[in-house]
Amino acid sequence: MSTEPQPGLAAKTDQPGSGHDEKKVAHRKEATQGRAASMLIAPTIIVLSIVILYPVVLAVIQSFQKDAGLDPKTGLFVAGGFAGFSNYTHWILQQCTASGVTVPCPPGNLGAQFWSSIGTTFFFAVATVILETALGFGMAVIMARTFRGRGLLRASVLVPWAIPTAVTAKLWFFIFAFEGIANKIFGTSILWTGSANPARAGIIIADVWKTTPFMALLILAGLQIIPGDVYEAAKVDGVTAWQRFVHITLPLVKPALLVAILFRTLDALRMYDLPQIMTGGANNTTTLSILVVQEIRQGKFNSASALSTITFIVIFLVALIFVKFLGINAVETTTVSGKGKAK
Amino acid sequence: MTTATATQDTKTAPHAKRRARNSKRWGSARTYIFAAVIVIWCLLPAYWMVVTAFRDVGFTYDATPFFSHVTLDNFRAAFSTDTGNHLTRALINSLIVGVITTIISLLFGIFTSYALARLNFRAKYLVLGFILAASMFPGVALVTPLFQLFTNLNWIGTYQALIIPYISFALPLTIYILVSFFREMPWELEESARIDGCTKGQAFRKIIMPLAAPGIFTTAILAFISSWNEFLIASQLSNAQTQTVTVAIASFTGSQPHQEPYTAVMAAATIVTIPLVIMVLVFQRQIVAGLTAGAVK
Repeated sequence: MSTEPQPGLAAKTDQPGSGHDEKKVAHRKEATQGRAASMLIAPTIIVLSIVILYPVVLAVIQSFQKDAGLDPKTGLFVAGGFAGFSNYTHWILQQCTASGVTVPCPPGNLGAQFWSSIGTTFFFAVATVILETALGFGMAVIMARTFRGRGLLRASVLVPWAIPTAVTAKLWFFIFAFEGIANKIFGTSILWTGSANPARAGIIIADVWKTTPFMALLILAGLQIIPGDVYEAAKVDGVTAWQRFVHITLPLVKPALLVAILFRTLDALRMYDLPQIMTGGANNTTTLSILVVQEIRQGKFNSASALSTITFIVIFLVALIFVKFLGINAVETTTVSGKGKAK
Repeated sequence: MTTATATQDTKTAPHAKRRARNSKRWGSARTYIFAAVIVIWCLLPAYWMVVTAFRDVGFTYDATPFFSHVTLDNFRAAFSTDTGNHLTRALINSLIVGVITTIISLLFGIFTSYALARLNFRAKYLVLGFILAASMFPGVALVTPLFQLFTNLNWIGTYQALIIPYISFALPLTIYILVSFFREMPWELEESARIDGCTKGQAFRKIIMPLAAPGIFTTAILAFISSWNEFLIASQLSNAQTQTVTVAIASFTGSQPHQEPYTAVMAAATIVTIPLVIMVLVFQRQIVAGLTAGAVK
């Protein structure tokens, strides 16, 4: 009779559709779904733990190990042992251990290059991300327009993206060769990979060429979510193009844009291929990744482990700063599109 | 009054119309100019690679903007093993590593993505966050420990030494793209199949899999490309036997010491790139959808 179900009664008679019962069913449903989900997800978590967590734990343990070598006091061979933070101070404070004594690293030592490589890494990251965001935005705005030949534009934008970075590096290395086409076109005779600034510029240009299209596609996807009638309404109200851009496009595309910038920044911080192949890390183009590999090549695995752990922490901190201060919710933004439908 | 405004209208209208038309025309002209600049900027370096690949080695630095001194010698040189290059073997290696990495990633990724897209459970966002973090993980942090581990296991020079670390980036990528594809699918059909008497497994196999196939295929292409293009891990954890194409290109040597064999390198680069570019252009629409859906490289 009464449309409001009475909880007590409902529970006793098990009346279908009662609030209490629905909750119980929903709860049970979530429980069974949870069980199914953990069955489906567990293998992936295990695999990722083996391929990522296990090596990382190994690296962290190793970064606290001493190099095996001769004990300066006894003259006997010793197999490492606990090293405290000496592998970390080797990089951060640029301390080297020479026959048992801690001294500042000599200029030729890789330890002395730590801060300059941090500087190089961040310089590349900031420069490429700013250029790629600005140019990518421009590209995306053009790609969003309707005109004949748009298909050609979208197809050609994918070409640099599809080319492997190693090939990109070789290609631009050739373009920037002393007798190469870049010097011929601009009538210059710059030894591009021979000194710091041209080498850095060359690497940045190559990276911008290769990655801007990807940025543009991400921004384009954000632009296409904005309904066209918003612009129409603004146009009718006499809003100028610049105002439309600042007050409509930017705020609406912001979530997608920030996620794109976050991904690009984290990717740029681990840059390796381009500088390694184009300059081999010479002339102030040694990024953190290159420095780690150089240390491995010298067989100093303990300090290499410390440096790769530092690299990992630096990238993690940058991600944390992005998420905290820019309020990016990468998980939400990348999954929000289907949130309603997922249920 | 009405006639007054009407005459005024007819007076101003042609001007305004013409101006509007002019600005519209100018606007679309500008669009074409910008579009042309973008197309040229994107294609010109790639075009230069192909031109150089077909150019006689004696004219390496020739600035002629179109195909000149055309020869196939560079391709012969690229495939030749006389100077210690093994491009054919590298192509096979990259193919094997890429295909196996892709298959393993899909195998694990499909089930996890299904759970993440379809089921409700408490740790969902935690799992998504973990996978996202994994996809941002710097490859160099894996190289150091794995180099030693694989050296001890005597695995350097085996395919698993590459496939195992490759899964660390291919699997998160696969999951992110698949989750967004699965979310867009008409899952009501699964329910109807269940009502019509299908078991859950049957519904998945007969209804969902065929619908999901295009998305899975796109994901496979993107996972394969990411593994084909990888350089850092491959350069450290492979040897001459398992060298991949990116490493082969980077360390390509010519007959003359201290002289970069540019034309042969460009020929090798063209060979490595052309299949990829064709694949990307053929499946352009799906790839763009997959790229932007996953928002991960």
